[in-house]
Amino acid sequence: MGVSDSMSAGMDVQEQGDALHFVLHGRLDAETTGALWRRAFKTLDGSRRRLRVLDATAVDYCDGAGIGLLVELRRRAGAEVEIRGLAPQFRTLLDLFPPGGAEPLAPTPEKPSLADETGRATLAILRDLRHQTAFIGELLSAAGRALWRPGEIRWSDALRVAEEAGVNALPIISLMGFLIGLILAFQSASQLKIVGAEVFVSDLVAVSVVRELGPLMTAILLAGRSGSAFAAELGTMKVNEEVDALVTMGLAPVRFLVLPRVLAGVLLAPLLTVYFDLVAVIGAAVVVASFGHSMVTFAHHVQNALSVTIFVSGTVKALAFGLIISGVGCQRGLETGTGAVAVGVSTTRSVVAGILLTILVDGVFAGVYYALGI
Amino acid sequence: MADPIIRVEGFTAAYDGQVIIDDITFEVQPGEVFVILGGSGCGKSTLLKHLIGLYAPAQGRILIEGRDLATAEGDDRLAILKRIGVMYQMGALFGSMTLLENVRLPLEEYTDLPKDATEAIARMKLQLVALRGFEQHMPSEISGGMKKRAAIARAMALDPRILFLDEPSAGLDPITSAELDQLILKLARGLGITFVVVTHELASIYAIADRVIMLDKRVKKIVATGKPAELRDGSTNPWVRQFFNRQAESA
Repeated sequence: MGVSDSMSAGMDVQEQGDALHFVLHGRLDAETTGALWRRAFKTLDGSRRRLRVLDATAVDYCDGAGIGLLVELRRRAGAEVEIRGLAPQFRTLLDLFPPGGAEPLAPTPEKPSLADETGRATLAILRDLRHQTAFIGELLSAAGRALWRPGEIRWSDALRVAEEAGVNALPIISLMGFLIGLILAFQSASQLKIVGAEVFVSDLVAVSVVRELGPLMTAILLAGRSGSAFAAELGTMKVNEEVDALVTMGLAPVRFLVLPRVLAGVLLAPLLTVYFDLVAVIGAAVVVASFGHSMVTFAHHVQNALSVTIFVSGTVKALAFGLIISGVGCQRGLETGTGAVAVGVSTTRSVVAGILLTILVDGVFAGVYYALGI
Repeated sequence: MADPIIRVEGFTAAYDGQVIIDDITFEVQPGEVFVILGGSGCGKSTLLKHLIGLYAPAQGRILIEGRDLATAEGDDRLAILKRIGVMYQMGALFGSMTLLENVRLPLEEYTDLPKDATEAIARMKLQLVALRGFEQHMPSEISGGMKKRAAIARAMALDPRILFLDEPSAGLDPITSAELDQLILKLARGLGITFVVVTHELASIYAIADRVIMLDKRVKKIVATGKPAELRDGSTNPWVRQFFNRQAESA
């Protein structure tokens, strides 16, 4: 009924009265056992006879998978199954799994009820809120202390972070800013052209970029590029016990690790935003020039459209976004659990929370500016 | 006998309500090399993290030179922390700093020594752990054994009275491990530093330990206290004898 060559395994099924005999032969290894496994259990399930004998006399080789098959067949059919003729070197391996010795797998934990899940989620949110409040408190305290003693700030770290998060971000900010300006100019031109107001593309782009898109897009870039880097760096330090080392040296991680990064973030966000605004306006200028308008006209429109209030309102927002993104990135990093997966989780959470909070705060700014008539 | 430098009284450790160590009491004498040992998962590292103040005991108290780290705050806590140094299992050196900067950091933070003095002292500490010439190396550029030695140098920066070492031999080859044992003995005997070492490396235990306590995860308590050779030959607890004679559970 079955065949095998030296590199394969086979099985003959013999029916004797109400008993089944499986005669195995060939090489039972991880590569060959799979097909045999399926066939053996299919035969067992489809037969009313009971498995009595597993004849392994003709088995040339048996690795963990082969032994697994024998053990599992014996477990399914009962301890009375006789495993016959297995070579002594493989018998030693089989004897590590005495019949009936296998403990049942731990039951899969019951799926928590909706009420349970709601309760757990609420507690998790409250715990998170408590941690965030404590973190903000520690950060404010460290910042207040640093105001009196600026020497305590690790300026070398702040400068290193500023270089990585700021100077090194200039190429991507340039590309994004230029393209956003270009796209915005094309999109608005297609509509303004209908009423013959193509020349106002420059006004529209300048105001929307300086007031809204510049701070927001820069913040999103910062969250993806630097907030995540802060979370990953601090998370890895937590996993490597470097944060514990600071604590046992009596050095507060918030002052030592967070403050330089938050300082860098708060100072960089407005600078990068201004740079983004400038490049976006250049992008718009390219489009306006392609319509045949002079650069003098373009500059004149931009100058008229913008005001100090608009510029300050955008910059203040950028400052707040910088604080949120760097703060959230550091906080998520310091909350990292154990293992590489935890670092990934912290990084993801820093980006998601950073962008979400940025947009929420942007909404608040919109309301406040509207109320103030800005 | 002198007053103990560390006194642990009725200490219980628990995570999320699950007791890891249940009501243990022991003392560490000044200048001794005290080893905490036990099988995997018995709570050795948990005990160490409580001893160095990272976690507060669920019950009981831990006194370092008579002061309770768990309840101390502000300058009091700092004063206790300056008396201890910790070498973490993987070294925990700050990856963005050179070895010299790592060792200098506590000196810069806690003393008003001029820059050239902190540098000279940090160089000396590195020389003490045989890392002369590696001052400007980054932690990523040196081997595991060197990282551990550099971590000991950093832990000694403020000349603490107690050094806690978490699994100093883990992941090291036998020769490097033996060199580290020699270093521990040199510092303990030469400088009078008290060592509290968490390990389950038998060779290290025999080489360095003045006294050991042994934790057993089944009872969550100390099941043996004494000198390693005495426990190996004379313990009435079969598990302790098995451990010291390196025998499998079923043997």
